[in-house]
Amino acid sequence: MSRWAQSRASWLKPDFVFLAVALVIPVLDLILPGFLQIGSQMRQIFLFAILGLGLNIVTGFTGLLHLGVAAFMAIGVYAFAILSSEIYPFRFGFWGALALTPVVGALAGLLLGAPTLRLRGDYLAIVTLGFGEIVQDVLRNVETVTKGTQGINPLPYPNVFGYEFVTETYQPWYFLFLGIVVLVVALNRNIENSRLGRAFISVREDELAATCMGINTVKIKLVAFALGAALCSLAGGLWASYLGSTGEPGNYDFQVSILAVCIVIVGGMGNISGVLLGALVMIGIDSLVLVQLTRYLQQQGLSSTANVMSMPNNWKYMIFGLALVLMMRFKPEGLLPSRRVKAELHHDEPPKPADRLCPNCGYPTGTSTVCTECGATVAASS
Amino acid sequence: MSTTEVLLQQLITGLSNGMIIALIALGYTMVYGIIELINFAHGDLFMLGGFLALTIVGMLGLDATTGNATTFVAVGGLVAISAIFCGSLNWTIDRLAYKPLRRAPKLAPLVSAIGVSFVLMNIGLFWGGLPMDVFSDGVAAAAPKDFPALASNKNLLGEASDIRFTVKELMVLVITVPLMIGLTMYVKYTRTGKAMRAVAQNPIAAQLMGIDVNRVIGTTFIIGGALGGAASVIYSLYNNTIHFQMGYRAGMDAFTAAVLGGIGSLPGAMLGGLLIGLVRAMSDQYIEARWTNAVVFTILILILIFRPSGLLGARLREKV
Repeated sequence: MSRWAQSRASWLKPDFVFLAVALVIPVLDLILPGFLQIGSQMRQIFLFAILGLGLNIVTGFTGLLHLGVAAFMAIGVYAFAILSSEIYPFRFGFWGALALTPVVGALAGLLLGAPTLRLRGDYLAIVTLGFGEIVQDVLRNVETVTKGTQGINPLPYPNVFGYEFVTETYQPWYFLFLGIVVLVVALNRNIENSRLGRAFISVREDELAATCMGINTVKIKLVAFALGAALCSLAGGLWASYLGSTGEPGNYDFQVSILAVCIVIVGGMGNISGVLLGALVMIGIDSLVLVQLTRYLQQQGLSSTANVMSMPNNWKYMIFGLALVLMMRFKPEGLLPSRRVKAELHHDEPPKPADRLCPNCGYPTGTSTVCTECGATVAASS
Repeated sequence: MSTTEVLLQQLITGLSNGMIIALIALGYTMVYGIIELINFAHGDLFMLGGFLALTIVGMLGLDATTGNATTFVAVGGLVAISAIFCGSLNWTIDRLAYKPLRRAPKLAPLVSAIGVSFVLMNIGLFWGGLPMDVFSDGVAAAAPKDFPALASNKNLLGEASDIRFTVKELMVLVITVPLMIGLTMYVKYTRTGKAMRAVAQNPIAAQLMGIDVNRVIGTTFIIGGALGGAASVIYSLYNNTIHFQMGYRAGMDAFTAAVLGGIGSLPGAMLGGLLIGLVRAMSDQYIEARWTNAVVFTILILILIFRPSGLLGARLREKV
């Protein structure tokens, strides 16, 4: 492939397609005002894209199932609130608080990760789940700091070059969220192609082999955990600022964590573009399709709150649950698979050349046509 | 009430709840022992058992005023029906969602189980919307549902006593203890029980000895589910309220119990259940009810970190 063709191909990457779509949507919204309210709902998708990308570092790259990202999001929300609110002495303002939020999140990630990352996969998953529940309880019960179920508010809105953000116009928020998503994607791409990213993936593929290659797996897992936690906290900080409040601690519950897991699994574990697609699909269904469909059916008189099954938004657990079950059963690599994950999950199907054995002595021959062990001729690979 | 009496009362409450938790925990520990899957959907299966029981109670028109003999028979029938329902549902779920993933990476069936858990929870939400009296005619499907007090609150120690040991607590004992003894005997003395232990020890070796491993796994899911179903009836009668999200909470308590006792060990799950019941009661009384869940989860995390084999579990080395 020529250099030019290569660069052209890179511009057709899903990332850039998504960016193009994201840039077109506000324009569409101007032309067709109120068209399904896509523009204002996109923030939710951006938020979960950041959350999903954070989880992707832990679950997608490093292969650790993490069922508590909502806890780190909550830590981000409250860190942002405490660092920026008028009622606390810090008063860093929007940008300062937002910059510090991922740092707090990463520290929390290290705190949870350091004692637990030696655990086996399923045990670690349960520990992260338990951590999520504990964080919720602490936020709800330590009222002197977190104001309990009332939440901390108001929080400062961003101010860009003297332009004050307001709740009513969504466009500035839209581009702020989009900008941060772009930055996070760029960060993820750089990690993926770095020494660190390769270390993550090697831990996922085979921990023992990774250790033998001189990788300190505990340290690598810890870094993955901290990075994931930092991104989830960043999402939390952004969300708090947009809400202008922390909201109730119960908002950051197990279901949020599972939604993030759905995004990563449906999109494609370990693939950044896949996670973006996953966020688009899952959150699109959750906060756009189901909400709009419910509203439409209610206007038509086809669904009412008296009949729980007639309300499409009551089907969302069913949809998330089925998504997980069906993806695991039929397409565990996700809609936009990472090449490596796909190869790993389907290893029993097509025989790889490297698995061919010499018919004479049984030694693996790889792609060679002559056995390196006994010299017998091996059938050429088909 | 004196402090001793308060303590005694909490012991009674804690042990009663603990027996129920133990019954659910057995379902987790049996499945984990045999295929190393944290059956995340088990708690929600338990929840559906409660909804089935309430539906039957509603159809039969049973309530607190029903005569003693009828109630006695009805409770036995509810336990049996709910157990059969949850057992067969658990078996079906295994066939559809977990069996195809036996050779997949280990986290795949766990993710699938989380998915199943959400599906069952949604079914519970819809179930609560049925147009029946007991579900308040389907209005506010998501609200907690009252379960009629078939077992009364009559104090067996006499109304003068400050300590309450009611018919409800007696009912919990009368149902759970035989079930636990029966399970222990079954696993210890029957051929299927022996096959279960063999598969739990080493599936491949068991298969080589002519054991139909898939059949044994199926049986395990049926028994585990049935115990969950029985537990759901007792839980509903004891607490007199059910909710479509109760499976998550109860499931986490039971899973913690299974881990505390040593996951894979039947006596471990029973012991763990009792201990978690006691911890909850003591935390409600002596710390604060709003911290109880955090206390349970802290125990879970601490055990997983410092003694993953639990109190009675065998110490296993991770095979490479």
